[in-house]
Amino acid sequence: MTWLTALAAIVAREALRFVHQRERFVAALVRPLVWLLVFAAGFRAALGLSIIPPYQTYITYETYIVPGLCGMILLFNGMQSSLSLVYDREMGSMRLLLTAPLPRWWLLLSKLLASTAISILQVYAFLAIAALFDITVAPLGYLTVLPALIVAGLMLGALGLALSSFIKQLENFAGVMNFVIFPMFFLSSALYPLWKMAESSELLHDICAVNPFTHAVELIRFALYTQLAPWSLLWTLLAAALFSALAIWGYDPQRGLTRKRA
Amino acid sequence: MSLAVANLSYTYGPKRALDDVSFSIAPGRFCALLGPNGAGKSTLFGLLTRLFTTPDGRVEIAGQDLSRHPLQALAALGIVFQQQTLDLDLTVRQNLSYFAALHGLSGKTAATRIDAALDRLRMRERAREKTRTLNGGHRRRTEIARALLHAPKVLLLDEPTVGLDAASRRAITDHVHDLTAEGLTVLWATHLTDEVRPDDHLLILHQGRILRDGPAAEIAQGSDLSDTFLRLTKASA
Repeated sequence: MTWLTALAAIVAREALRFVHQRERFVAALVRPLVWLLVFAAGFRAALGLSIIPPYQTYITYETYIVPGLCGMILLFNGMQSSLSLVYDREMGSMRLLLTAPLPRWWLLLSKLLASTAISILQVYAFLAIAALFDITVAPLGYLTVLPALIVAGLMLGALGLALSSFIKQLENFAGVMNFVIFPMFFLSSALYPLWKMAESSELLHDICAVNPFTHAVELIRFALYTQLAPWSLLWTLLAAALFSALAIWGYDPQRGLTRKRA
Repeated sequence: MSLAVANLSYTYGPKRALDDVSFSIAPGRFCALLGPNGAGKSTLFGLLTRLFTTPDGRVEIAGQDLSRHPLQALAALGIVFQQQTLDLDLTVRQNLSYFAALHGLSGKTAATRIDAALDRLRMRERAREKTRTLNGGHRRRTEIARALLHAPKVLLLDEPTVGLDAASRRAITDHVHDLTAEGLTVLWATHLTDEVRPDDHLLILHQGRILRDGPAAEIAQGSDLSDTFLRLTKASA
């Protein structure tokens, strides 16, 4: 009972903080919308897409990148919450959380669930705006995508959590943007299908194929069309487990993360 | 004993931050931990609150061994950190509710305790204000109120008066002294001798070691505590 009370409070706090940071919400929506409405419009002419599963007809480029942009929201939010964790640690509110009489892994998991819930709300807001521009999927797709968003969100949130335990200072965060977010996003199937990538470079294709973000995107893509991508699901779950384990290790009191002063 | 520390040592790389520290505090006592900057006070607090752990030594809080029963020990502990740890965008009440929930308190129980804690620190009328609008003294009071919500047996405060004006400093020092009358055990870290009363239990920490352990009046031996403190920390520097 205590555990659930704490979980609910951590989720509520995250939600309250989110409401107070309206700019963050707007920024999180503007970013994928710019890609969808500007970038995709320009790219649609340059890039020919053949029919690949789960699509059954020719699709516009806008339609192709919607799942990738859902993934982008989850990715940026995962990193954003990681940033706020580093900030929390410098500011001390992480201490408050970690000294609560609950196991650390539970506290970290609660934090992860809270940030994932916020991310998913943003994805739905994005999908709603995309629908206003006539970029839609079957009604059932909006429901079947939910579990995929949860799994992908947890994986990317866990990555952020793990990173936050290793980043000692806020200033180092710019490096994370360059070395984690951008490669993860561009070396994935978010913007172009993998076979297209293979045409230009086998090596790049192979890198994309092992990138967990690719699998998160594919999981979302198939789920939007009410299909399951089992291989992507497995890969995403494995990555989630690995990143969570890293995060729990990173925050282990014996490792003394907080011993190093910022 | 409410708080017992035995043979606690801790090293940061080559630096020995705490060297075989042992002391114990009786229930209902106000214990001042006096030490210059860099004496090891914050390291000691990190270990007492289990932010990090060490294989060397033992900590017992209200009879619970911190490494064997960390959750029970932490449940008996109230903590006021040196850094301020309030969510500035949330109200006083929201901050307190969040903390109460981390300790498993919710609904009516939490609300009653929050009211009581705010009353005790005369902060009730500010419950709906965002903590960002509070001054330093009121923020500290909010944090003390918060640390008492789960009715801890031991209250740790790490230099709680840093950055406060003289009046707030006095008010908070007096208030926490009063709390011991209700049976609360207090460990108060500071580098300011004027916050220590003659009948307080006093620990002087310097370069990771306990130099003195006993009633403040005895340690001062009739002279000014601040002179004694300077002499002790200079002699061994």
